[in-house]
Amino acid sequence: MEFIIGHYNYWVVIFLMMVGLYTVISRGNLVKKIIGLNIFQVSVFFLYISMGTVEGGAAPIIAEGVKVYSNPLPHVLILTAIVVGVATTALALALVVRIKETYGTIEEDEIHNLDHSL
Amino acid sequence: MFDVVVDIVLLTFLATTSVAIMRMTNLFAIVMLFGIFSLLSAGLFVVMDAPDVAFTEAAVGAGISTVLMLTTLALVKRSKAPYYDEAPKIHTAWLPLIVVIVTGSALIYGTWDIPNFGSADAPSQTHVARFYLENSLPDTGVPNTVTAVLASYRGFDTLGEVTVIFTAAVAVMLLIGGKRPKSAPKTEDEEAQDEA
Repeated sequence: MEFIIGHYNYWVVIFLMMVGLYTVISRGNLVKKIIGLNIFQVSVFFLYISMGTVEGGAAPIIAEGVKVYSNPLPHVLILTAIVVGVATTALALALVVRIKETYGTIEEDEIHNLDHSL
Repeated sequence: MFDVVVDIVLLTFLATTSVAIMRMTNLFAIVMLFGIFSLLSAGLFVVMDAPDVAFTEAAVGAGISTVLMLTTLALVKRSKAPYYDEAPKIHTAWLPLIVVIVTGSALIYGTWDIPNFGSADAPSQTHVARFYLENSLPDTGVPNTVTAVLASYRGFDTLGEVTVIFTAAVAVMLLIGGKRPKSAPKTEDEEAQDEA
């Protein structure tokens, strides 16, 4: 039981990762692919933050009378990753808008068909 | 104990939301669900003692991402109803499913050796983290260790992050800023509809 509770975080992280990966591979709509990629990304954030958590620990803000803190280093890494993630998402969405303008569709199959019919 | 219960409930919510996102075909509903997904993750970050990450995720993940995606939907919507639905997919679902199951099983096998969630003697807690917790206040005068590491110890990394964001902003402006043809070329069924 303790093993299950202690690893539930990591299993959900892997489940989310796989849901994101499956969405990216199997869905043809480009916006949906990007959302799948974002789910994958958030699951990686959880992996890092889970590893930094200490039972009974406080947030890593130094205060009087607090003995145990969570690990601040994963938090720093993930702060950076979230912001960079949004930058890449914005770039991907801009590409989708350009693809829509050029091809008139954001469905992968239709784009492939248009490419082959040229 | 209470923390663990909240943690497990929120994680289950997250998993359910992600499955709903995967199965839905209405893009507007998907984007809204993704906003909920981000907000749930922000809550979970608070439970895991990471308030800085939670703030950023709530502002950037649930806020800016959702706005960006809604803007994209407004720009790429079809001119006929249903505006946002995915086209029926022709992809075969088997190959991706097999890939995902194999990868997932390998990763779960990898979790067997991971120390339990929250254990204080895990390798990730026993090395440099203690140095920063003990020295950041005397070194920088900032009580928040995350801020101290982000802006002082690893200040150049943050500068690099800003460079990445700047590059992305320039790329986005190059892609969709400036003069562009107003209307997208019409697809065949749209032309057929116009003629009818």
